[in-house]
Amino acid sequence: MNGGIETALVIGATSDIGRAIAHALAEDGCVLQLAARDPARLERETRDLRVRTRGAVTAHRCDVLDEDGGVSLLDTLDPLPDVAVCVVGRLGDQAKSQRDGAAAERVMRTNYVGPALLMGALAERFERRGGGVLVGISSVAGERGRASNYVYGSAKAGFTAFLSGLRGRLAASGAHVVTVKPGFVRTRMTDGMDLPARLTATPEEVAAAVVAAIHRPRDVIYVRRVWRPIMFVLRAVPERVFKRMSRL
Amino acid sequence: MMLAGWGRYPALDCRLERLRRREDLSGLLHRSTTLIARGNGRSYGDAALNPELTLSMRAMDRMRAFDAVTGRLDCEAGVLLADLLETFVPRGWFPPVVPGTRLVTVGGMIAADVHGKNHHRDGTFGAHVESLTLAGADGAIRECSREENADLFRATLGGMGLTGVILSARFRLRPVETAFVMAETRAARDLDETMALFEASRDWPHSVAWIDCLARGAGLGRAVMTRGAFMERGALPPGLASNPLRPAPAGKLRVPADAPSALLNRVSIGLFNALCYRRGRRRARAGARPIHFDRFFFPLDRIEAWNRLYGRRGFVQYQCVLPKGDSAAGVAALLERAAASGQGSFLGVLKLFGPAGEGLMSFPMEGYTLALDFPVRSGAAALLDGLDEITHRHGGRVYLAKDARCAPERLREGYPRLGAFEAVRDEAVGAPPRFASELSRRLAL
Repeated sequence: MNGGIETALVIGATSDIGRAIAHALAEDGCVLQLAARDPARLERETRDLRVRTRGAVTAHRCDVLDEDGGVSLLDTLDPLPDVAVCVVGRLGDQAKSQRDGAAAERVMRTNYVGPALLMGALAERFERRGGGVLVGISSVAGERGRASNYVYGSAKAGFTAFLSGLRGRLAASGAHVVTVKPGFVRTRMTDGMDLPARLTATPEEVAAAVVAAIHRPRDVIYVRRVWRPIMFVLRAVPERVFKRMSRL
Repeated sequence: MMLAGWGRYPALDCRLERLRRREDLSGLLHRSTTLIARGNGRSYGDAALNPELTLSMRAMDRMRAFDAVTGRLDCEAGVLLADLLETFVPRGWFPPVVPGTRLVTVGGMIAADVHGKNHHRDGTFGAHVESLTLAGADGAIRECSREENADLFRATLGGMGLTGVILSARFRLRPVETAFVMAETRAARDLDETMALFEASRDWPHSVAWIDCLARGAGLGRAVMTRGAFMERGALPPGLASNPLRPAPAGKLRVPADAPSALLNRVSIGLFNALCYRRGRRRARAGARPIHFDRFFFPLDRIEAWNRLYGRRGFVQYQCVLPKGDSAAGVAALLERAAASGQGSFLGVLKLFGPAGEGLMSFPMEGYTLALDFPVRSGAAALLDGLDEITHRHGGRVYLAKDARCAPERLREGYPRLGAFEAVRDEAVGAPPRFASELSRRLAL
């Protein structure tokens, strides 16, 4: 069995990583709550999951760009899930974000404000209940700001810091927070990019790592191990040097 | 990027895009004059190549609905057969028809109107499709079935993707009690015996023969036939009864690199074929035994990237069917010709088909089908033209899902309903045809 985890919520379930996580959780025996922005795409994933797993799956509309950051989603959840995974994110276009404040704001809200408010609201309820696992999909791009994607990276940095603080706050309550920094993943977001094979995970690998981290609670995980030493070194590089390599 | 079919010949530089949802299709149609949909790239030749735009359907892989009472499944065209098996065999359901590999998509099975070892009883995969959705050149999506857009439906079964982009399909799975097939092996010393064995095996749901394509003279057409039927639960031996619907056993071989083409010569292939024949005779003496469906239907899937065995330049699979009355003479002539060339293959397969189905461009017709692999090398082209000549003389035709080199006039002679197909296609798609592949260009379809 899966250690008492019965219901799992996946926010951003129509993304490639979200879909893979939903499938892995269903396989693990969870009843699923899928949340996403576009009802038609959500319906497609919900039906697919129902046919494949014969499990119970409910669909919930949630848009982190809504006035309330999508937090009204929580009122539609019955029961409150044991696990909540937030996969919401948007790479955006760095050049466009530089020129256009509205575009930059969309990237920031999608990667930081929305996910953080959602995780915060869920944390309130998990804390009251005294248990649960929150999983936030952040990014290695949040470790340091690089010239080539710092708008996205800074938002992910915010999300990573938020999750880190949340983890400390919930430590005594029995609820746990996992931060996932997947590195490169072969998805719709990276379609057409030339990614180094050894550093690039599949959505299924990310999903397996997430399920493992839920069962044996971990604080921060990279999906492919090679990322840990890489990020260790990258964090250690002096800013004076990093500035010159950060266009990479 | 460079793309090829399973035979790795020809390879062409194609623009490849992934279709992720059906709403994106009209945009893609606007950006290209012609395109062809591609499933999992398991057709052998140039059927799923278009330099202008090759549309990968693998991301269209959602299942839409399943009725656990009737077995009716509605799924998107990019769903892999392997995926279907993994999902439904443990629940006691099996597709009505499966080809020799489970690494094909549902859309590919319809576009090539694939057959299996049960063609003599159950026809092609298309015969079991109840309806499909097809996107046309205008981006409009049509529901096609025997009742609605019936002509377009018949043109799409075996239509090699030239009538539009197949987006989803509905068909019924069949109940099975176990994942095991009771299989029996029989050896036949020459072609007459082999064909007699097929006739005598009509009541077996599944039958196929591996044929020794280098044997000549008195042994011409000697073969090892395997026939089988899904087992009922009560018939399983005690060791298997605890988990009758178990998934395929793990364990896979992989061909790590292209085999040097010097490895493929008359001696090595002759030895391989002789060994196969002897092993078959031994098995025949052992009697019937239960084997997992995965080994029975997909033995080559256990060897990952087996297409590398034929070397870097790739290979061509020649598969033809001859009308029943002409089969004995025709198959003998084809084998004679292949053996004389010394270019024989590891894999020669013979099977007796049942009557032709409704697909206007479907390959099977009542008679014998023969499949042979040839590595691409000098002399192969002349040999294959020679085989075409024989096939033509005996009123047969070649399988488009395997073809990479047939000439347009040969194709027209082999497919009498080609004119009807083109009329339906032109009416649905308009002219010039938007759905085109290297195969359709080469064959002037």
